[in-house]
Amino acid sequence: MDDLKKKRNKDYNDYVKQVTPTHSLPLNMCKAFLVGGIICIIGQAITNFCLNADMEKDVAGGWTSLILILCSVLLTGLNIYPSIAKFGGAGALVPITGFANSVAAPAIEYQKEGQVFGIGCKIFTIAGPVILYGIFSSWVLGLIYYILTKVGVF
Amino acid sequence: MEQIIGKQSVEFENPAHIIAGASIVGKKEGEGPLGSLFDLVGDDYLFGEKTWELAEGALQREAAQIAIGKAKLESWQIRYVFSGDLLEQIIATSFGLENLQIPLFGIYGACSTVGEGLSLASMIVSGGFARYVLAIASSHFGSAEKQFRFPLGYANQRPLSTTYTVTGSGAFVLAKEGGKCKIAGITSGKVVDFGVEDSMNMGACMAPAAGDTIYQNFIDFNRSPQDYDKIITGDLGYVGQEILIKLLKDKGFDISQQHTDCGIEIYDRETQDTHSGGSGCGCAATTLSAYILPKIESGEWKKVLFVPTGALMSKISFNEGESVPGIAHGVVLEHC
Amino acid sequence: MDYIISFLVGGAICALIQILMEKTKLMPGRIMVILVCTGAILGAIGVFEPFAEFGKAGATVPLLGFGNLLWKGVKAAVDEAGFIGIFQGGFKASAVGISSALVFGYLSSLIFKPKMKK
Repeated sequence: MDDLKKKRNKDYNDYVKQVTPTHSLPLNMCKAFLVGGIICIIGQAITNFCLNADMEKDVAGGWTSLILILCSVLLTGLNIYPSIAKFGGAGALVPITGFANSVAAPAIEYQKEGQVFGIGCKIFTIAGPVILYGIFSSWVLGLIYYILTKVGVF
Repeated sequence: MEQIIGKQSVEFENPAHIIAGASIVGKKEGEGPLGSLFDLVGDDYLFGEKTWELAEGALQREAAQIAIGKAKLESWQIRYVFSGDLLEQIIATSFGLENLQIPLFGIYGACSTVGEGLSLASMIVSGGFARYVLAIASSHFGSAEKQFRFPLGYANQRPLSTTYTVTGSGAFVLAKEGGKCKIAGITSGKVVDFGVEDSMNMGACMAPAAGDTIYQNFIDFNRSPQDYDKIITGDLGYVGQEILIKLLKDKGFDISQQHTDCGIEIYDRETQDTHSGGSGCGCAATTLSAYILPKIESGEWKKVLFVPTGALMSKISFNEGESVPGIAHGVVLEHC
Repeated sequence: MDYIISFLVGGAICALIQILMEKTKLMPGRIMVILVCTGAILGAIGVFEPFAEFGKAGATVPLLGFGNLLWKGVKAAVDEAGFIGIFQGGFKASAVGISSALVFGYLSSLIFKPKMKK
């Protein structure tokens, strides 16, 4: 692309940034805070219940994830979770409920394309990267840890 | 009379007439400011079909049948149909129009499809190659979101610059004579890419193309904005409108008095939460049929420059980091 | 008391990510990846555990916690089984999260139909 075109494009994109409206950030931050906070309170309640039932910390954590995920999937199916995210933005995306929604939504949408090629292939359309890069980064860190143990640092 | 004028335009010696227009939309569009003007408002987004894609096909089929009926014709009398939609391999068009059994030219101009269809159809009719031709375009929120963005159940927050894909189809029957609106000329668009990579800001992606086509129309026809009662773009939305007016002002043309946009007209931004406005092939097509065409036929607007705009990216081009190019096809509509 | 802390910590993390969402044009998928990887890294450098002690569910419910969970799993597996543990630990620890999302997600597709956005 020649320089004149590059300059024109750059000037244009700078101008677009100026005139494109954005949501009010402070307001959206508050909404995200509220929604995210509430989801964490619910998580805390589940954890406390499990701990009081004499479960191990890790098991309690597992149950917390399980129940939050189940709730999120149900809310997705009932077409309620999208409204929560419209209001709360990151408050609905960041907790594990956001991950669950990103698995349930394609599953529900792609059912028309069949079990194998629809749901089967596309259930991880949105969440796939989370699993791939989550496992991969923990693998890299694990490798480094392993090497350091061998070398005697740990 | 020389019909080939300027760089990108045609001024027809025997203009084609739009003898009938039909529009069919979904619930949200029916609840908008133009709600009562559409021929049909569906209350089930599946329109009796199994999938969003087939529903969109049904929209095209219904709109075509209503238009053919309004023109007091039978489908066997229509020689060609020009149609397109947003879906991969334009399946809504192929599956939707199969039972009409009319020779089909499937076209893709993204949201500018109805402009492309009307341009080609008018050339065929004016050139004497067919007596009656149909031009159709459609879009569906469900099928478009699924293809370009996310499955419907996915919870995300949309920026203020986004537009909302219209669920709807518009169909037009063109003939040599007999209508109250004629296609006096066309200015066809080239691909225009100013390097915008934000697929959430379609208005900014397409405004340069609209500006380019409108500017060329003024130059080719030796006209200025005041020569038109209205200059109406397809789906630039509020954000794109502001940008377009500035782009043309920089070139010496002020269209602020004449300009409006189908995406702005079709929804009520206060109550319908549609951010920058409507979009999709169906936006321009249905608004033309329901809102613009009647005003031209009544003589309230004598001369209108109709410029549907399209964003020519695909999911793959976007993932591969490419920008979003735009295109805009201008159609000069006149009362007759 | 721990409810208040969870609320504040969880809310704060979400509010910060909201800034990221508005100021950059990052898509949700990328943001989730950033959260998971950051959680794993913070876990590895030993910062996340004390933070989770303090923040309780406010730290573990966000995807940051999921990333940390992956790291903890790998570390435990390496301690126990050596080299092969690097490959075992991630999925082992995240088993509940991933299985439940998959299973419930799939079951929901049998019960629910796609609906238009409100």
